[in-house]
Amino acid sequence: MNFKGKDIISIKDFSKKEIDYILEYAKKMVPYAKGEKYTDALKGKILSSLFFEPSTRTRLSFESSMNRLGGRSIGFADPSATSQKKGESLADTIRMADAYSDIIVIRHPQEGAARLAAEFSEAPVLNAGDGAGHHPTQCLLDLFTIFTEKKHIGKNNIVLLGDLKYGRTVHSLAYALALYGAELTFVSPASLKMPKEVVEECNELGIEPIQTSILDKAVKDADVLYVTRIQKERFPDAEEYNKVVGSYKIDNKLLSTTKQKLIIMHPLPRVTEIDPEVDYTNHALYFKQAFNGIPVRMALLSLVSGGLL
Amino acid sequence: MKKELKIPRIKNGTVIDHITAGNAIKVLHILGIPKTSTFVVSVAMNVKSRMGKKDIVKVENREIDPKEVDKIALIAPKATINIIRDYEVAEKYLVKLPDEIIGIVSCSNPTCVSNSREPVKSRFKVICKDPLRIICYYCEREPEDISERII
Repeated sequence: MNFKGKDIISIKDFSKKEIDYILEYAKKMVPYAKGEKYTDALKGKILSSLFFEPSTRTRLSFESSMNRLGGRSIGFADPSATSQKKGESLADTIRMADAYSDIIVIRHPQEGAARLAAEFSEAPVLNAGDGAGHHPTQCLLDLFTIFTEKKHIGKNNIVLLGDLKYGRTVHSLAYALALYGAELTFVSPASLKMPKEVVEECNELGIEPIQTSILDKAVKDADVLYVTRIQKERFPDAEEYNKVVGSYKIDNKLLSTTKQKLIIMHPLPRVTEIDPEVDYTNHALYFKQAFNGIPVRMALLSLVSGGLL
Repeated sequence: MKKELKIPRIKNGTVIDHITAGNAIKVLHILGIPKTSTFVVSVAMNVKSRMGKKDIVKVENREIDPKEVDKIALIAPKATINIIRDYEVAEKYLVKLPDEIIGIVSCSNPTCVSNSREPVKSRFKVICKDPLRIICYYCEREPEDISERII
């Protein structure tokens, strides 16, 4: 399978076979990601890291991944210090980054920005989040986490919880999980339900997700609980918000009713939705999930640049 | 009995027939009529036909170009275009929806990159021809009010 020069814009651009290949390749990256082994697979290569929006995990993990592969990264984390402030178009910024580097990673507040960037760049473009659009590397690291913990992705009972309407990560993830045939339950307050189009996409893949607002029952037989943050600004008043947030709090009391091998994932940052006491249980996978961003992004950088292990 | 024409024959120009009933005004809008036009235009709406009701537009002394035909396909997918020369039908063709619609419809998503100051044309993929459904190539949103978003 050849990924050299391929853009990574949306998880929907990949077949299940291609995703499997990326996940297997990411597995090989783990000892390098941990610093137990060293490689110069991307020696002499430069990554342009263009972050037009704030990011902690995604930006740091991309730059760390490039360093772990022996390459270097240039770029910015604050667009106010760039020519964009002078009114430069994104297309021109991309043309310049294309001339200066071998791979481009971009996060941008507008939907479709990464797709546009790919049109103006010879170098492969990796989408690190385009507004409310896609975040394919997050989706792949989520799949990788389930794959490494559960040994397979399908055949799991997976609960997606929280803001399913506006949450960028859950839409692509629901699609990808349905592609693998996982059993899905969507738990959210009525006002933050999974969009109809996402449910229809799952249906087209032969999956009929259960939709509910009650967590206790849904989580009882779950193998994976994927939690997202509920954003306060989505609610008309504080009382309504507090009611919803309180009902979706994950704590040890709730976990005493679930399967012992249930894993809890979260794209982070979390606020109050997971009690810190859960961090010390075997259920908590969210920090390992954040680490998994490194082997997965290393795998992608290596594959699209052709600098293989 | 001789069939009576609702609008008289034209010598030269274009007759757009079989427009979905009620959409003739939108077709005029696409053709830039009356804003930028001095051509004589006749419109018949809700005319009885074998297929039910239809609208007809006749534009004198103007042959419409293929880009306009593509736009008409968005709101009147069953329309036929007749180019008239000296009272005869010189050319006749059905409008055809392309697989991609470029530079004709603007994206309904205000935060789509195609709506910003970038050197690109709007671009949509046709996902269903009947009923017409399109999605933005950039942000993948589906506009509901396509006819309102024609540029």
